[in-house]
Amino acid sequence: MSNDYILETRNLTKHYGGVHALEGANFKLRKGEHIAIMGDNGAGKSTFVRQITGVEQRTRGDVIFDGKPVNFVGPLDAREAGIETVFQTLALADDLDVPDNLFLGRELTKWNFLGPFRLLDYKAMHQATMAGLEKTGVKIPNVRNPIRNMSGGQRQCVAIARTATFHSKLTIMDEPTAALGVQETAQVENIIRTLKEAGEPLILVSHNMRQVFDLVDRVVVFRRGRICADLDIKNDDVTGEDVVGYITGAKTQAGFEDAA
Amino acid sequence: MVDKLSHGIGGLTYDKTKRAWPNEANVFIALILIILAFEALGQILPYMNGQSMLFDFNTSRDGTIMNIARIKIIILQVAIIGIIALGVTQVIISGGIDLSSGPLVGATAMIVMSFAQTELVNGQLNPKAVFGAWSFDLPVIVPIMVGLVFGAFIGGINGFLIAFTRIPPFIATLGMFLICRGISQWWTKGQPVSFPTDAFAAIGSGMMPVVWFAMLAILLGLIMKFTVYGKHTYAIGSNEDAARMSGINVRRHKILVYMIASMFAAFAAIVLSSKNLTAQAGMGQFYELYAIAMAVIGGVSLKGGRGSMIGTVLGAMVFGVIQSGFTFIKLDAFYQLMAMGAIIIGAVVLDQYRQQRATAG
Repeated sequence: MSNDYILETRNLTKHYGGVHALEGANFKLRKGEHIAIMGDNGAGKSTFVRQITGVEQRTRGDVIFDGKPVNFVGPLDAREAGIETVFQTLALADDLDVPDNLFLGRELTKWNFLGPFRLLDYKAMHQATMAGLEKTGVKIPNVRNPIRNMSGGQRQCVAIARTATFHSKLTIMDEPTAALGVQETAQVENIIRTLKEAGEPLILVSHNMRQVFDLVDRVVVFRRGRICADLDIKNDDVTGEDVVGYITGAKTQAGFEDAA
Repeated sequence: MVDKLSHGIGGLTYDKTKRAWPNEANVFIALILIILAFEALGQILPYMNGQSMLFDFNTSRDGTIMNIARIKIIILQVAIIGIIALGVTQVIISGGIDLSSGPLVGATAMIVMSFAQTELVNGQLNPKAVFGAWSFDLPVIVPIMVGLVFGAFIGGINGFLIAFTRIPPFIATLGMFLICRGISQWWTKGQPVSFPTDAFAAIGSGMMPVVWFAMLAILLGLIMKFTVYGKHTYAIGSNEDAARMSGINVRRHKILVYMIASMFAAFAAIVLSSKNLTAQAGMGQFYELYAIAMAVIGGVSLKGGRGSMIGTVLGAMVFGVIQSGFTFIKLDAFYQLMAMGAIIIGAVVLDQYRQQRATAG
């Protein structure tokens, strides 16, 4: 097995009862590579992400992460293995502040013999938060503010800074800019470029053609639960119209005829 | 690239005027205003002859200008329900509700008192004995432990039902409400249980309920603020899905939250039965609602995620001052209940209005 790949799926399949949401997905992601997943609504993009991150259990198929077959029973499992995910619906607790959200579920603690009543190490978490925000270039005026009081862009940046703070082996973002304005989108894209420079691999689920062509190396197109194209947009001559063709079903790439 | 970001995201800067004014400060101001209102009523109402509720300028009585006797009564009468309110507060913060605490007080009091009885009353065998000779004059730790274990057991069932069957907390604890009331009546077929040992009677004598209330408020306040337990409770109440996705064991945590709430209610039962020197099946009536009311007046959001022990303590004080104030201005008991209901509704309306404004800002 080649160690070039950080993530590989073989014949990954998910059925919800009779609905075949994902069918035989073979997917490979190289170390340091940024890939976009595109496709129409209901094409299986989010389903694919949920199988990798352990939010749901796959019907069949294999997931090979960092050279080893994995069976994540839950998102925490995936996170501990090094997969950080920014979900479509923000997984943030509105009443908590920025450090609390960054460290939610993995708080730095003292006096661990107290079990569930072990003490929070607020100081260390605050310092790590500031370092994480600096790394991603995110500037939040007051990190002690509950994130309820923050704009959509700031909240998204908090969610993304969470992934960047923890030196993940793989970052997955599910439509991170879907609800954001122009400036906020630029912020998020800047963070993604920082990840690229740091050599951290990324899977980006996006509907935004301009964003995809700006940011990533490769585009994988899903259609009706199947992968129908794998496009090297950095080296090959691929246009947005081609991608739209694959998304809508006007075209199918050679080698993916099953999906037609 | 980073330079562009130095002015905050999208040019947003931190607006100090939008800084959240702590909720507890509002409750404290409300407390002061309510006290002033009763003082004013004491001056205005013709039949009050200019009496003051909390001040006593006749210094010959106890050497201070405060009416110490009334202040003591106000705090004492809310202390026991206040202990329940502390436990209920963390349930509400976690996004749930606990309706079973009042009947649990009754059931726990009956059970606990059965293990705290003394053998001889005025030289006669205890006329209210529940068990045989073995249960007389046990060390005081026995009834306390029995009570806390019973509370933990009931709370554990509540938590288990809510975490695993996914039925709404309202329904689960409503069922437990009836079950506990049934237990308290079944235990002695309705007979009161009386005559505790001296050691047990000492737990709730005098101002001891206030001491327990204060100690437990500080303990739970520190736990909520400085421990993982507290942080996860707020996180679950704030966004349960986010908490689950972040790897918090939400089910286990909920069971723990309801267990602790019921243990607080059980401890309140121990203090109450000790204070009254007797346990009756009907004890704790409406306590669950008063406890929820104290929390809500204290700014705990019924949607979960927000509130604090300081708020609940202040809410209990507001509750006590209003109750005592109504008696002070000689308002009939029927009107007291109606007015109390109106105040609770008003507190929630105000809180929601305030939250909407904060979110819109």
